[in-house]
Amino acid sequence: MSARIKVANPNRCIGCYSCMLACSRVNAKTASLIDSAIDIRTSGGIESGLEIIVCRSCIDPPCARACPTGALTPRNGGGVILDKDLCDSCMACASACLPRAIHFDKADMPVICTHCGVCARFCSHDVLELRKTEVL
Amino acid sequence: MWSNVLYIDLDTGEHQVRDRADLFDKYLGGTGVATQLLLEECPPGTDPFSPKAPIIFSIGPLNTIFPCVSKTVSMFKSPMTGELGESHAGGRLSMAMRFAGYDSIVIKGRAEKPCYLSIHDDEVQLKDATSIWNVSSVEVIGKILRQVEPGKGRRSIMRIGRAGVNMVRYANVNVDTYRHFGRLGLGAVFGSKNLKAIVISGTEDVEIPEIAPYNKMYNKLYDAVVDTEVMDKYHDLGTAANINVLNQLKGLPTRNLQQSGFENAENISGEYFADNLLLRKIACSNCPIGCIHIAMLKTTFQKGHEFEVNHISYDYELIYSLGTNLGINLAEDVLRLIDRCERYGLDIMSTGGVLAWATESYERDLITPTDTLGIALRFGDTNSYLKMIDKIVETPNKFYQTLAKGTVDAAAEYGGKDFAVNLGGLEIAGYHTGPASIVGQMVGVRHSHLDNGGYSIDQKAASQQLTEEQMVDKLIYEDYWRMINNSLVACLFARGVYGEQTIIDALASVGIKKTRDELETLGREIFLAKYEFKKQQGFDVDKIKVPGRFYETISQLGMVKEETIREMLELYKKKTGI
Repeated sequence: MSARIKVANPNRCIGCYSCMLACSRVNAKTASLIDSAIDIRTSGGIESGLEIIVCRSCIDPPCARACPTGALTPRNGGGVILDKDLCDSCMACASACLPRAIHFDKADMPVICTHCGVCARFCSHDVLELRKTEVL
Repeated sequence: MWSNVLYIDLDTGEHQVRDRADLFDKYLGGTGVATQLLLEECPPGTDPFSPKAPIIFSIGPLNTIFPCVSKTVSMFKSPMTGELGESHAGGRLSMAMRFAGYDSIVIKGRAEKPCYLSIHDDEVQLKDATSIWNVSSVEVIGKILRQVEPGKGRRSIMRIGRAGVNMVRYANVNVDTYRHFGRLGLGAVFGSKNLKAIVISGTEDVEIPEIAPYNKMYNKLYDAVVDTEVMDKYHDLGTAANINVLNQLKGLPTRNLQQSGFENAENISGEYFADNLLLRKIACSNCPIGCIHIAMLKTTFQKGHEFEVNHISYDYELIYSLGTNLGINLAEDVLRLIDRCERYGLDIMSTGGVLAWATESYERDLITPTDTLGIALRFGDTNSYLKMIDKIVETPNKFYQTLAKGTVDAAAEYGGKDFAVNLGGLEIAGYHTGPASIVGQMVGVRHSHLDNGGYSIDQKAASQQLTEEQMVDKLIYEDYWRMINNSLVACLFARGVYGEQTIIDALASVGIKKTRDELETLGREIFLAKYEFKKQQGFDVDKIKVPGRFYETISQLGMVKEETIREMLELYKKKTGI
């Protein structure tokens, strides 16, 4: 059974960034914002609400279609899998993603969500959920 | 591990980064390191408004990497007290400093023209702020800077409003709209340096020495914060829950501390705010609690359903200062007063204290309508207070110039020292619980109720029949250990989670080995270093005059006797060696 991250209740976000710190802690083994695949940001200051940017786990992912080297391939159940050895940091994937859910880390590698769900585990306000998806 | 200090000279616009592992290894970070930097940078007799006076910001080793370790310490020479200036703020600042790669920032000099600092990773620039210098609202300044600065989404923006520009001595520095370096006048020091704002963001990451023990510790702390009852008070009603509690205990300063209970407390209680005005709660970075309570105030300003909507953060101390202590009966009126102070960037605790003193002085004819420029002051009159706040910032005559210096200066000029409710030159926090609260704020390094939590010790004394000596021992324990919390820099609201052993374990999980004894000794050492600074600048605890009002109004522990305060002070001095 595969799973994907769902932004279930975006307006409950309090802007604590615990999810981002969890993602980088578990997946990149750093304390970092830039290494996190999930991206929380204010828009117009904390008084104006929060943007919650996650991989939308497309079944036919435009980022993979845009990738000229085959580094990104569709993941069973939605989203993509990254093969770092094939990536040449062209950033075509980032431009192809409308929600801008792909950014690049300090080593110029795309930070790709694996839908592991650790962000949801560290969301104290039920903004994020890990949902099961159908595997084809 | 993390020990970068960014030194900025506003005279020249130049900056440099120095590795101060010498300080961070010994003093951890936060308040421990900032105290040493202050001792280095601020010699005895420095005028708080002189270009030579430093502004110091410091974070600690656990900031951003453990939950609720979310504060930044600022240190400076206080224009309010002429001695140690120290104030702590939440918001996103500690995270922004961490990921910009700066553990402390030291700012000296005075810019020739209004300026702001733009700090994004290695880019440190002094930029012209002439066009926003006179923008009075701190909210608008934030909006303007967001349009022109990088780091969108997770940067931190500190700024002063008109109170800071006009160097009202209790002007604050607003941090990320809803948090503040509130107390002791850092905003005025910014103003004296022609410094309007500081924007910080960063993209660094922090490598953890060993990930497994760190993860384990993180999970334990996160679960303690989120899944246990330790933090419930802050999560639910927030600090405002204390209004009804302190009122019932007879510890709630009311009408310039003429009473210790307010007959309309229910109307401005945490429960009332939460049920009727609370819009949402938000968090400081890296804190899953979200204790920042934001109220929505919707006001009709014209016929035809024309509304003005303001979002205003509230807390216990604000509701006391601008509510009970001014006899304000409606929560909506308290919000109007908070909002007015917030726009100007005034420390609300001091502003409330000043207004309360002025009201009583007006009633007693110590000040006249000529002084107030026609404003008739009486407790409960919100509109008069709104006008007064404007005038404190505009300082149109000698009376308001004096009010802009604080309660002590105002009483020295106009009389009423016995009811100029301050301890050590600072208007008090909202507790008249008994002797531990009074002594605690006198001896506390920054005259803050949070230095040693004296109010909480009074409450324990009420149930456990503590002797004076036991109360003093508890004050000292808190004074020392909170130096450690404040060196990390953990939010003191989370002190129930960050006890002795947790601090030892959390530090160890990221490779900082300290024993309990070492930490306790360090806490005392930092405390004494602050006293060294205070004494250098002329502070003498024996010279603090406790206004008679403290002995005239019943506290939670009954009438407080002057003799008790004297005895406790002597014990405290003997035991600490101050």
